[in-house]
Amino acid sequence: MRFDQPATTNPIDRGRVVGVPHDRIDGPAKVTGTAPYAYERHDAAPDAAYGWIVGSAIARGRITAIDTRAAEAAPGVLGVVTHENAGPLGKGRFNTAHLLGGPAIEHYDQALALVVAETLEQARDAAALVRIDCVAEEGRFDLAAGIDGAEVPGPFFGKDPDSAAGDFDAAFAAAPVKVDQTYTTPDHSHAMMEPHATTALWADGRLTLWTSNQMVAWTVGEVARTLNMPPENIRLVSPYVGGGFGAKLFLRADALMAALGARHVGRPVKVALARPQVPNNTVHRPATIQRVRIGADRNGVIDAIAHESWSGNLPGGNVEMAAMQTRLLYGGRNRLTRHRIAALDLPEGNSMRAPGEAVGMLALEVAMDELAEACGVDPVELRIRNDVAYDPEAGPDRPFSSRPFVDCLRRGAERFGWSRRNPTPGRVRDGRWLVGMGMAAAFRGNQMSRSAARVGVDGRGTVTVETDMTDIGTGTYTILAQTAAETLGVPLEAVRVHLGDSRFPVAAGSGGQWGANSAASGVYAACMTLREALAQKAGFNAGDAVFENGAIVAGNRSVPIADVAGREGVWVEDAIEFGDLDKTYAQGTFGAHFCEVGVDAYTGEIRVRRMVGAFAAGRILNPKSARNQIIGAMTMGVGAALMEELVVDTRHGYFVNHDLAEYHVPVHADIPDQDVLFIEELDDKSSPLKAKGVGELGICGAGAAVANAVHNACGVRIRAYPLTLDKVLRGLGAVT
Amino acid sequence: MKPFTYERAESPAAAARAAARPGARFIAGGTNLLDLMKLRIETPRHLIDVNRLGLDRIEPTEDGGLRIGALVRNTDLAADRRVRRDYAVLSRALLAGASGQLRNKATTAGNLLQRTRCPYFYTTTMPCNKREPGSGCSAIDGFSRGLAILGTGAACIATHPSDMAVAMRVLDARVDTVAADGTRRSIPVADLHRLPGDTPHIETVLAPGELILSVTLPPPAGGTHLYRKVRDRASYAFALVSVAAVFGTDGTARFAFGGLAPKPWRAEAADAVAAQGPQAVAETVLAGATTTRHTAFKTDLTRRTLAAVYADAGRG
Ligand SMILES: Cc1cc2nc3c(=O)[nH]c(=O)nc-3n(C[C@H](O)[C@H](O)[C@H](O)COP(=O)(O)OP(=O)(O)OC[C@H]3O[C@@H](n4cnc5c(N)ncnc54)[C@H](O)[C@@H]3O)c2cc1C
Ligand code: SF4
Repeated sequence: MRFDQPATTNPIDRGRVVGVPHDRIDGPAKVTGTAPYAYERHDAAPDAAYGWIVGSAIARGRITAIDTRAAEAAPGVLGVVTHENAGPLGKGRFNTAHLLGGPAIEHYDQALALVVAETLEQARDAAALVRIDCVAEEGRFDLAAGIDGAEVPGPFFGKDPDSAAGDFDAAFAAAPVKVDQTYTTPDHSHAMMEPHATTALWADGRLTLWTSNQMVAWTVGEVARTLNMPPENIRLVSPYVGGGFGAKLFLRADALMAALGARHVGRPVKVALARPQVPNNTVHRPATIQRVRIGADRNGVIDAIAHESWSGNLPGGNVEMAAMQTRLLYGGRNRLTRHRIAALDLPEGNSMRAPGEAVGMLALEVAMDELAEACGVDPVELRIRNDVAYDPEAGPDRPFSSRPFVDCLRRGAERFGWSRRNPTPGRVRDGRWLVGMGMAAAFRGNQMSRSAARVGVDGRGTVTVETDMTDIGTGTYTILAQTAAETLGVPLEAVRVHLGDSRFPVAAGSGGQWGANSAASGVYAACMTLREALAQKAGFNAGDAVFENGAIVAGNRSVPIADVAGREGVWVEDAIEFGDLDKTYAQGTFGAHFCEVGVDAYTGEIRVRRMVGAFAAGRILNPKSARNQIIGAMTMGVGAALMEELVVDTRHGYFVNHDLAEYHVPVHADIPDQDVLFIEELDDKSSPLKAKGVGELGICGAGAAVANAVHNACGVRIRAYPLTLDKVLRGLGAVT
Repeated sequence: MKPFTYERAESPAAAARAAARPGARFIAGGTNLLDLMKLRIETPRHLIDVNRLGLDRIEPTEDGGLRIGALVRNTDLAADRRVRRDYAVLSRALLAGASGQLRNKATTAGNLLQRTRCPYFYTTTMPCNKREPGSGCSAIDGFSRGLAILGTGAACIATHPSDMAVAMRVLDARVDTVAADGTRRSIPVADLHRLPGDTPHIETVLAPGELILSVTLPPPAGGTHLYRKVRDRASYAFALVSVAAVFGTDGTARFAFGGLAPKPWRAEAADAVAAQGPQAVAETVLAGATTTRHTAFKTDLTRRTLAAVYADAGRG
C-alpha cells in the first residue's frame, strides 16, 4: 500500500479497539516469566556454553602479544577467541569501531577476546587469565579541548549538518533583546534494564542468533557484512527486548562474539555483557557543547535564532544533531544551525532516545526561558508568540501537516496551574524548600519508514500477524493486535502477534519513534489486503463490505471470516510505503512540559515535586502504553537534568562511573507525581492511521522544564548539565 | 570469581577457629562481598557463612544499653521498637542507606565492614593503593566527587560509605569480637576503622579471622536525634555529606559525619563548641580538611548541612 495522499475515512476511524487503553497482551507472559529473553533460550539451544568478553584496559594503542594458554588450561574452558583466530572479519556500516578489536585498539573496553566455558563463573574466572600485552598511544578524550579542531560532519540520515535562512548575523546584531549562552550536556548511558545479550547457534553453515535487538533486518545485514556470509544464512530472533533506548539498534559485541565463540567451540554459546561493561564496551549518547543565540524585539518576537552544537566521536562516527529542532520549532526570518564534530578516542557515541532533540532541547528551551526573562514576557506566552504554521527555513510553502503546539501550551498550563507561578525567582518558600515552577516545549520530528507484515486468518477466525518488528517494552504487540482487530472487525482476543524474527516480513523496527506508527500502518496495509482477499473469496465487493463482529457484512448477507478462511486459511503480505508527504509538509510531534521543583535552601538538593505534560502526537493508538512511554521519557528527562552523567577520565579515556550504583538514573523517590494529557489530533498526512510517534517526545524538553523551575525556585541559572547540588550552591546565597 | 570452598559455621567459636585458615573470609548478607568477588577485588579461598550463628538478636544489657547481634539485618534493626525510641539516630541512618531489598540482607557487622565505593577501587584496570598496594591512587587527580576530605593521606582519599556506622559513632557504640584463639574483646567503634596512612588496604584493627559478635550501645542518652544525609538523588545513593546529631536538653550536642572521611568521623572538639552554633562546629570539624577540585564543595556543604540540622532541631 502506498501512502502518498492524505488519509481519508477508513476502518481505523471506528475507534472501537484502536485508541482504547488496553492492557498489554504480552503482560501475562512477562510477569509469569514465560516470555523468554535472548539469554534464556535453553529450549532452542539446550547445551549452550557461556562466553565472557575480555575488554581492553587501554583506550588506544596496539596489541603486541596475546597469550591465551593459561585461560585455555583453566577448568571448564572450551576455547578463547581473539583477532588472531577469529578469521577474517568485515565491518558493519553502523558501528564505527570494530566489535572485536586487535591488533589496533580503538577504545577502552573494546572486546579483545571471548572466553568460552561450561559455566559463567569458569568463563569469567578464565577471562582474568588472558594476557594481553599492548602499547598505549596518546588519545583525545576531552571534548572541550577538541572543539577548536572540530570538523564539518557528513549528512546524518540525509540531514545536512548546516542550515541557514535570511541573514542571522545582521539581524542578531540589530536585535533589541539578545540571548547568547553556551550550554553543555555530558555523555549519557542508555542504562536499559536488560544488558546486551545473545545466544548463538551454528548448524550446517547457518547461524541463528537469539538476541536483544531493536532492528532485526538492519542487524542481519550487519552480521552478514561482518562475518562475510550471505544474509540468507542468518536468522535473527528478537521477540522480547528488555529496553534498548537506541543501545540495541545495531549489531554489538555480544552478538558477534557469541557467533564467533559458537563457531570456535562447535556448540551454542551465549554472551551477556555484565553491567559494568555496558557503558564502555557499547555505545552512549555523546556529550555536547551548544551555543544558542536568539535576537528578539521587546515583546519577545524572534527575528534571529542560531544554534550551534559540537560533539565528539571516534573518527568516522556520527555527530549528535542537537540543533535539529531549532530548524522547525520557532519562527524568525534569520536563522542558522551548525553541527561540528571533534575526533575523540572515547567509546563510540551513537543514538540514544531522541538523538538530537533530547539534548538540543536542554539548551534551546533554557535559552527561551532566558529570553522570556530578558523581555519580561511569560514563558508560555513567549512560545505562543513565536509559534509558526510552516517550516520557518523553507517558508510558507512547506506548512506543518498539523501543529497543535499552542493547544499543548494552553491546556498544559491550565492543568498545571501555571497562572499561580511567581515570575520573580526565589520568592516562594515551603519550610526549608525554595519552590519554583518551570516549563518548556516538547518537540520531536515525525519519521516514517517502510514496514511490512504478513497477516492470516484461520478456520477458527483467529487472526495471526507476523512481522520482524520488535517490542522493546513499548507495547508494540498490543497496538499491532489492536490495529488488526480494528481493521478486520474481530475482538482483540482473536489476534495473535508474532514479532522479531528475520523470517517474517521486514518492518520499520524500533527507533526514532517511527516504530509504532510505521509498523501499525504496515499491519493495516496487510489487513486491508486480507480484507480484499476474503471479500473476493466470499463473493463480496470489497468496497461495499463491512468487517465487524468477526464477519463480512454487505446488505443483509453476513459471512463469518472463519468460514471464508476455511481449513487452509487465507494469508497475505503487504507493506506500507511512504511517499513524500513528509517533504511536502513539515511533520512533528509537539508538547509542553510543566514542572515544580523544590531546592533545599541549605543543601542545594533539587527534588522534583510534580510534572504535567500535554502532548499531541496524532491518533493515540493506545493511551495506556502511550502514557507509559511519555512518563518513562519524562523520567529520563529528569535524569538528564539532575543526575545522569558518564564521567570521563580524561587521563585514561574511559567512563569512570560504569555501574548503576554510580551512574545515577532517577529512582521512584525522585518522581513523585506525573500527569500526562493527550491533545486530540488526527494527522492525515502522517499515515493511514493518522498517528505519529510518541516514544521519544516525552524526553524532549522535560529536563529543560526542570532546569527552568530550578531557576525560578532559587534564581540560579545552571548551564552545565546535570544540575548537581554543588553547582546550585555556587549560586545560592548564605543560609537564611 | 576464583574457586573457593564454603562452610556453614555452627557456633561463633567454630567460625573464629575456621577463620584461621589462610584466605578465609566470613560472609553475612553478601551484598558487598559477593560483588567484590565477582570483580576479583576480593579473592577468598574459603568462605565461612555466619548466618546461622544465632547472632541475630537485639537484647538489653545489664546497664540499660542494647546489644545488637552481628547478624541482625539492617531492616530489623531500623524497625526495632527500642531502637526507634531510644536511638532514633540509628534507625534514621539505617533507613537512609541502600534500598529496602539490600537492607533486608545487609547485616550489622557486614555494614560496619563494607568497603569503599571509590569508582577506581571498582575499576580493576586502574591503579588503586587500596586494591593493589603500591600501585598508586587514581582518584586524587581523577574523579573524586564522592571521596573524603578529612583523615585522608597521600596514598588514598576513599570514604567509608556506611550510614549506620556514623550513627553508631555518635552513640559511642562498642564492637564485641572473638578471635581465632577464643579471646574476646570490646573495641570502641571509634577505634574500629583505621585511617589510610601508607596502608590503605588495611582498613580495621580486626585481626585476620576475628569475628564480630555484636555491637553494644550505651544506655540511652535522650535528647533529639537527627540524621541528615545529603545525596545526589532522593534515595539509593551514598552520602555526599551526612550528619548524625544528638542534641541534649541542656544545650550540648554531639555530631558524627559521613561522606567526609575514611571512617565514621567525629571531632570531640567540635562537640565542645556546639552551643556556639553550626558555624563554630563546622570550622572545628573542617580544620584539617584537604580537598580536590571535585570535593571542594564538601566544606561549604558541611557548613550548610550543619545549619540545616540545627534548624531541624529547633536550634536554628
Ligand atoms: C547498590 C548499593 C547501594 C548501597 N547504598 C548504601 C547506602 O546508601 N548506605 C550504606 O550505608 N550502605 C549502602 N550499601 C552497602 C550495604 O549497606 C552493605 O553492602 C551491607 O551493609 C553489607 O552487609 P552484608 O551483611 O551484606 O555484608 P557482607 O557482604 O556479607 O560482608 C561485608 C564484609 O564484612 C565481613 N563480615 C560480615 N560479617 C562479619 C562478622 N560477623 N565478623 C567479621 N566480619 C564480618 C565480610 O567478611 C566482608 O568482608 C549499598 C550497597 C549497594 C550494593
Ligand atoms: S582513593 Fe583509595 S580506593 Fe580510591 S583509587 Fe585512591 S587508593 Fe584506591
